[in-house]
Amino acid sequence: MKTSSLFIRTPEGIVFSQLLAGPVTRFFAWFIDLLCISAAMTLLGFGLDLLELVNGNFAAALYVLGYFVISIGYGIFFEWRWRGQTVGKKLFRLRVVDVEGMRLQFNQIVVRNLLRFVDALPAFYFVGGVTCWLNPKCQRLGDIAANTIVIRNPRVAEPDLDQLLAGKYNSLRQYPHLAARLRQRISPAEADVVLQALLRREEFDPADRVELFGELAAYFRARVEFPAEATDGVADEQYLRNVVDVLYRTRGEKPAEKAATA
Amino acid sequence: MIVDLQRFIAVERPFWSELERMLDRLEAEPDLRMTLSQLQLFHHLYERTAADLAKITTLSSEPETRRYLENLVARSYGEIHETRDKQRRIFPLKWFFQTLPRTFRRHVRVFYLSVAITMAGCAFGGLAIAFDPEARPALMPFSHLLQDPAKRVAEEEKATHDRLAGFKTTFSLELMTHNTKVSIFTLALGMTWGVGTIIMLFYNGVILGAVAVDYILAGQTKFLLGWLMPHGVVEIPAILIAGQAGLMLALALIGRGSRASLRTRLREISGDLVTLIFGVGVLLVWAGFVEAFLSQYHEPVIPYEAKIGFGAVELVLLCLFLSKSGASQNPEPENPDE
Repeated sequence: MKTSSLFIRTPEGIVFSQLLAGPVTRFFAWFIDLLCISAAMTLLGFGLDLLELVNGNFAAALYVLGYFVISIGYGIFFEWRWRGQTVGKKLFRLRVVDVEGMRLQFNQIVVRNLLRFVDALPAFYFVGGVTCWLNPKCQRLGDIAANTIVIRNPRVAEPDLDQLLAGKYNSLRQYPHLAARLRQRISPAEADVVLQALLRREEFDPADRVELFGELAAYFRARVEFPAEATDGVADEQYLRNVVDVLYRTRGEKPAEKAATA
Repeated sequence: MIVDLQRFIAVERPFWSELERMLDRLEAEPDLRMTLSQLQLFHHLYERTAADLAKITTLSSEPETRRYLENLVARSYGEIHETRDKQRRIFPLKWFFQTLPRTFRRHVRVFYLSVAITMAGCAFGGLAIAFDPEARPALMPFSHLLQDPAKRVAEEEKATHDRLAGFKTTFSLELMTHNTKVSIFTLALGMTWGVGTIIMLFYNGVILGAVAVDYILAGQTKFLLGWLMPHGVVEIPAILIAGQAGLMLALALIGRGSRASLRTRLREISGDLVTLIFGVGVLLVWAGFVEAFLSQYHEPVIPYEAKIGFGAVELVLLCLFLSKSGASQNPEPENPDE
C-alpha cells in the first residue's frame, strides 16, 4: 500500500519515520535545479565571450565541456557535498537518503543521477514521474537502482495557542498527574483533531459546532477522567481548550503568568 | 510514561546535543576514526536518544522534539549499522590500473554477452547491405556515410586543406561528450530489464556492420581500417563496456538464480557500475582526441599503414590492460559470474 511515510525499525526496536516526497514537489525542485543549471551556463557563456576574442576554438570547446560537466555533474556534486540536497531540494526541504536509513554513498548518488537519462524520457521526466507516482516509496527508476528515496522535512507550523487560549483559567492544570496521563494517552493525530476543530470553529454552523464539540469533549473526558470539581460547569468548548492547553503548552509559562512575573 | 515533560527535555537535551556534535563531525570528516572510548560514548548516546524517542513518540505534544529526535536516530542508525566500506580518498592511478580492470574482469561474461549482441547487429547490418544496397539510407543515420565509399576516399585523398583547421579541439570535445552521453544512456537503459541496452548495442552493431561491408565491397578496406582503427579500437570497446554495465543492471533487476532481494542485488553491483562508467568516460576521452587529431587525416598526410599500426598497438595495449592490469595483486576471485 502506498503511504506518505517510510517507517524504519532499528534492531533495538525503535521505529522512526521519514516523510516521502511526492512527484509534484520533486518536479518543482527539479525545475529550480534546471534554472540553476541554466544560470550557470549563462555565466559560463559570458566568461567565454571574453576568451573567444583571444581563441575562438578554445572558447567553443570549453563551452561544450562546461555544458557537459554542469548538466551531468550538478546533481552529483551538490548531493554529495550537501548530503543529499541540491539547491532545488534545499528550497523545498527535500533530501536524498538511503532506502534502509544507511549512510548515503557516493556510488548511490552517481547511479541515481546517471539514470536520469531514462527517467527524463520522453520529456519532462515523464517516465520518472509515472514511476514515482506508482511506486510505494515514491522512487523513480534512478532511486530504485541506487536504493535511495527522497524525503521531505516540512517546517512544523506552530499553532497560535496564545490567541486560542488567552486569559482563561485551566482547571485541568490543578491535577498535574492527570494532565501528564492525558498527554501520554492522547495520540498526536487525536490532539491534532481537537486543535484543528478549535482553530476552525468559525467555519462551522453553530448547531453543528455545538454537536461536534460535544462529541469531542465526551471522547476526551472518557480517555482520562478528571475529578468533578475540575470539569463541572465547564462548557464543552472550554473543556477542549483546556485539553489543548495541557497537550500543547508543556514548556514555559503561560502568557498570563509571564506578565504577572514581569 | 513521562510525568514531567519539561524536566525530561531539560535533563536529556545535553545528551542529544552531544550526539548531534559527534554526528556533525563524523559526516564532515569521512576519514575520521574514533577511538574505542569515543565509539562507546557514541553508541551509548545513540541508545539513549533512541530510548528517548520511544518515550516521546506516544506523546501528542512536542512534534518538533519528536522530529528532531527522529532525525538524530536516523543519522546515528546510518552510522552504526552501516556495514559497507567507508569511502576513503580515491587514488586515480590505483583506481585506473587496478580497480577498473579488476571490476571489468569480475563481470567479463556479461561483457562477452555485450560483444555477442553487437556482433549479431554487425552481421545483420553487413548482410543487409550486401544483399540490399538500397537499404543504406535506412541503416546509416549519418549523411556523410551515404556517400559512395570510392568517391569519398578519392575526395579525402585529394583534399588540399585541413577541414578541421581551427576547431579540432571543439570537434574532439563534441565527440567525447556525445559518446559519453550515449554510453550513459546505454547503461541507464539497463533499467528496462535490459531491453533498451540490447537495442542500443544491436543498433550500434548494425551501423558498424553496414559501414564496414559497404567499404569492403567497394574495395576500400585499407581506408576503412585506417579511418576507424585509431579511435575505434578504443571507442567500440568503451561502448561495449557501457553495454556490459547496462546488462549487469538488467541481470540484477531480473535476479535469475539469486536468492538475494532486489535491493541487495542492486546494492552489490552499484559500485561496479560506477567504476565501469567512469572507466568508459576515460576511454572515450582518449578516443575523442585520436578521432579528431588522427583518424580524420588520410593519405598522403598520414600513411594508412601508420594509422593501422597505431590502432593495432592500441588494441593490444587495451587487451593487455583489461586482462592483466592489477591481476598480480588481486586476492579476490575475478569471475564470480561463473
